[in-house]
Amino acid sequence: MKVLVGVKRVIDYNVKIRVKADNTGVETANVKMSMNPFDEIAVEEAIRLKEKGIVTEIIAFSAGPAQCQETIRTALAMGADRGVLVQCDGELQPLAVAKLMKAVIDKEQPGLVIVGKQAIDDDSNATGQMLAALLGWSQGTFANKLAIADGTAEVKREVDGGLENIKIKLPAVITTDLRLNEPRYASLPNIMKAKKKPIETLTADALGVDVAPRLKTLKVEEPPKRKSGIKVKTVAELVDKLRNEAGVI
Amino acid sequence: MSVLVIAAHDGKTVRANVANAVVAAGQMGSDVHVLVAGSSAGEVAKSAAAIPGVAKVLQAEDAAYANWLAEDIAPLVVKLAPSYSHIVMAADSVGKNVAPRVAALLDMALVSEAIQVVSPDTFVRPIYAGNAMATVQSAEKIKIVTIRPTNFKAATGSGSAAIEQIPGAGGNGLASFVGAELSKSERPELTGAKIVVSGGRGLASGENFKMLETLADKLGAGLGASRAAVDAGYVPNDYQVGQTGKVVAPDLYIAIGISGAIQHLAGMKDSKTIVAINKDEEAPIFQVADYGLVGDLFQIVPELTAALDKK
Repeated sequence: MKVLVGVKRVIDYNVKIRVKADNTGVETANVKMSMNPFDEIAVEEAIRLKEKGIVTEIIAFSAGPAQCQETIRTALAMGADRGVLVQCDGELQPLAVAKLMKAVIDKEQPGLVIVGKQAIDDDSNATGQMLAALLGWSQGTFANKLAIADGTAEVKREVDGGLENIKIKLPAVITTDLRLNEPRYASLPNIMKAKKKPIETLTADALGVDVAPRLKTLKVEEPPKRKSGIKVKTVAELVDKLRNEAGVI
Repeated sequence: MSVLVIAAHDGKTVRANVANAVVAAGQMGSDVHVLVAGSSAGEVAKSAAAIPGVAKVLQAEDAAYANWLAEDIAPLVVKLAPSYSHIVMAADSVGKNVAPRVAALLDMALVSEAIQVVSPDTFVRPIYAGNAMATVQSAEKIKIVTIRPTNFKAATGSGSAAIEQIPGAGGNGLASFVGAELSKSERPELTGAKIVVSGGRGLASGENFKMLETLADKLGAGLGASRAAVDAGYVPNDYQVGQTGKVVAPDLYIAIGISGAIQHLAGMKDSKTIVAINKDEEAPIFQVADYGLVGDLFQIVPELTAALDKK
């Protein structure tokens, strides 16, 4: 079975982001970019399925500017076999990405798609579910554990009250939650090998997908700041403040 | 045009956050309907009809709706969608699973986790784990919106909306529910609790969380945790407060042994009063705390628990 994993290039999770002075967005120039952490978990899960002999080939998909090649290379260095980049320079929203993925999936016919449950930039948590809808496939979202057997996937999902188990028919889209696995680091020999792995570059036009944003961003602002508080010295002082100043206990 | 709220429920009553979603929906349009899809969902429909601000409850019965599988619920919502200007769900694990599927089936954009309704087509939503706020405008014919419940205060009082039975759309057999492993707790549910006590890696073990349980029970508080504590296996995943876990905004949030990673702050910084107890006085959690206490939590927590007895 072929598996396709989605990998998004985002501002590295360790970077403290800055809102642009003109409120049009977040500063991305000269900022360290990395693979979305939830997508690293998706790549790792695909590699583990390949190591178990369930998956035969892993395709790493990305959409965005030419630099997304680097993100795909990271996936290839971890263990993906080849890459597909749909090169687009404008803003891509989840529905557009889902449509681009569907177009590539229609050609590649994977039996399984694994993506991160959300990207840490726009925090939409939507692309996987949208893709499943467009394909008419089942969806195993917020996966904490994944088992594949006999044309079905058993997915343990992280839900509000704890965990939930569902059984879904393949092909399916899985979205990864934090505790599905711990992604590996790419070894130096694998980073070298990844340089020789093929990456196919496509365009939205060639795939016949309209990627025009559906939501217009009017402005991006800093969140309101909390006024700084005080340090108390003792438990007695804390209890006194909570009772008599804040009035919360 | 009317607004349709999709209500998640436990088979007996709608989730508490449906009342928050109804308030948000009321800011998008004046005529708010609530869809209750379920199997033997009569009681659930009554609980939805009692939410103030609801004009009508649509009750769809089908065995396929019993466990909230997105594959089966989404087609029903899609069938109803053309009569509505907005479709609203709370951004909980059900809404996040179902709403994007509905949006894509309708070829409409999704506005995820709105925290403010500026106008019927314009919403504010957090991005970058709450480190920036984006104001977005949707030109879609039907606006699909998930809302962050803690940002929309539920109305008090009660309503008596009419309940209309509608036909279900049946299941498509793509997915089936096997079972749930839900955490059992007598404590208030995290997202609705007035007080939340949360522990982090500083607790050093799951065993030590018992100390926080005692404190939480004395305060009538819900119990939460940082991602680090969940990843370390101290407590189950549903305790996690943060951008990718639960977002809470109680009157009082007590962070114990939590350093305050950006990811965690995103899930609790809207709390009215924040207390931080940590041995590291440089910990970022102190930057958002109203009251900070630097010291050894293993001494402070028992002392605090005891001090609450004294009036």
